Amino acid sequence: MTDIPEHCPGTQSETAGKVSACQGCSNQQICASGEASKIDPGIELVKAKLTTVKHKILVVSGKGGVGKSTFTSLLARSLASKNENHNVAILDVDICGPSIPRVMGVLEEKVHQSGFGWSPVFADENLCVMSIGFLLQSNNDAVIWRGPKKNGMIRQFFTEVDWGDCLEYLVIDTPPGTSDEHLSLAQFLKEVPNVTAVIVTTPQEVSLLDVRKEIDFLKKVKIPMLGVVENMSTFICPKCKAKSDIFPANTGGAEKMAEELDVPFLGNLPLDPVIARCCDEGQNPIEECSQSAVILNLNLIVSKILDKLNVDPKHSVDENCRS
Amino acid sequence: MFKFKEICGTVDGHTNWLYLNLRYIMIKDVKHIILVLSGKGGVGKSTVSVQLSLSLQYKGFKVGLLDIDLCGPSIPYMLGVENKGVYQTKEGWVPVYVDDDETLAVMSIGFLTKSKNDSIVWRGPKKTATINQFLTDVDWKNIDYLIIDTPPGTSDEHITIIEKMKELNCDGAILVTTPQELALEDVRKEFTLCQKTGIRVLGLIENMSGFICSNCEECTNIFSSDGGKLFAELVSIPFFGKIPIDLKIGKTCNKMESILVTYPLSSVAAVFNKVIEFITKL
Repeated sequence: MTDIPEHCPGTQSETAGKVSACQGCSNQQICASGEASKIDPGIELVKAKLTTVKHKILVVSGKGGVGKSTFTSLLARSLASKNENHNVAILDVDICGPSIPRVMGVLEEKVHQSGFGWSPVFADENLCVMSIGFLLQSNNDAVIWRGPKKNGMIRQFFTEVDWGDCLEYLVIDTPPGTSDEHLSLAQFLKEVPNVTAVIVTTPQEVSLLDVRKEIDFLKKVKIPMLGVVENMSTFICPKCKAKSDIFPANTGGAEKMAEELDVPFLGNLPLDPVIARCCDEGQNPIEECSQSAVILNLNLIVSKILDKLNVDPKHSVDENCRS
Repeated sequence: MFKFKEICGTVDGHTNWLYLNLRYIMIKDVKHIILVLSGKGGVGKSTVSVQLSLSLQYKGFKVGLLDIDLCGPSIPYMLGVENKGVYQTKEGWVPVYVDDDETLAVMSIGFLTKSKNDSIVWRGPKKTATINQFLTDVDWKNIDYLIIDTPPGTSDEHITIIEKMKELNCDGAILVTTPQELALEDVRKEFTLCQKTGIRVLGLIENMSGFICSNCEECTNIFSSDGGKLFAELVSIPFFGKIPIDLKIGKTCNKMESILVTYPLSSVAAVFNKVIEFITKL
């Protein structure tokens, strides 16, 4: 990879393989032949694979550490618990910092290969998970990859994971930023129907700054947004029940930002240390702490999401999916 | 073939390699370079970078702060210089100075975008080219310390900056984490990256460690506690201390003042004193 010229014109460009920067590049011939500018066959493969999945929900945020993975797990668990006949899957696209295996309590699991492809790891009867974490030897292993390798991995996730025949929801957890992973997702999902995004943020301006950029990105790549969720909104002291704004909404918070950018606001989730501990230990907060304000608010948010997706959570599934 | 298509992306640098090498002369004058790293996002890398720079400045050093988080730059906002711009002279890009005496210089992609809502949607090669330009084309003048704030992860930005650090006077990296396992998991990966690439880890700061209720003084460990400390002990790296969540301090974040000035007796100031004592001895 180091031998890629600094000023590569891009393989898609008309001058690919023909400008001075291409001199000496080992791919010059491929580029000049026009072979490289053909449409990636992977896009068709992904489309074929994902058309059977009813709803594809991306969980995004420009900012890191705002609770994308936590919200992904809560959303998936909530969707799975609403109807046991619905199959739900989580795909963790955060290649350099996968958190989903821990949050879902499947940290030590490994992926198995079958005739149909990679078998995802099941966290519950109707809830399965795929993450790069399952492919690493040890938890301390770092995935030190530049973009192209990450993109290859994402493509493999889309084409080679055997999600089963009838997947109702595929919830996709993403890394922070607007870079390779996001562009690849946008590229692969471009022609796939029913792709939507939920944006997660915390209330303070430092976080909103990056989230605005993410919304701009989603608008650019034309992925419809279901809305914005504000996480870590307030903190209620377990001793005196006083409310504190740990991450103060110094510019009006997510609700105001959503209004300014004309994106629906779905609701907020308070900061609850018990939920944080549940996530660290991989337990199911929906069962373990069903009375937490987080879970109560989550239910409201999920019903809004289902409303927007136009689905009745209790509706039965196709006969052939029951087995 | 897929691979190459992705790699080739959209690079449009406008300097050639020879020129780049010549330009390194500028940053080679910088005596100390310190990276602020964490595998995890939102743990306070930028806050620590800003406070470290301000504290070094307060101690009388000339400081440069380089923000290589290209997709989510926070430094301009934190230092209240969002609306400033960089301009070009024949010496190179002139960074934004936070103070009139020009003792704290800042460079960030945030100064180059038109609107704060604009997203920078770049693949790796373009990010790499931009970081190289930041390292070669910015005229830092005679700074004593260059603090480099990084994005989360272990990818393009990190590989690029670490590769370049080998040619420069890089003292090492400060790791920032929050105490819970979920964050530490990614920080462990960052530590592995440092080990593999031979970057010295100067020490670790545990941020957001406990919250003291302003009403009843009860301390709640929202994101658990001691995780960073135990990790530092496990891998034998210096532990600089724990920074609690303190709303008073959060408010000073946008005021361009060092914690050593605003709350010199706080536990946060103690952490930064320790860091500065450590790095000024290097």
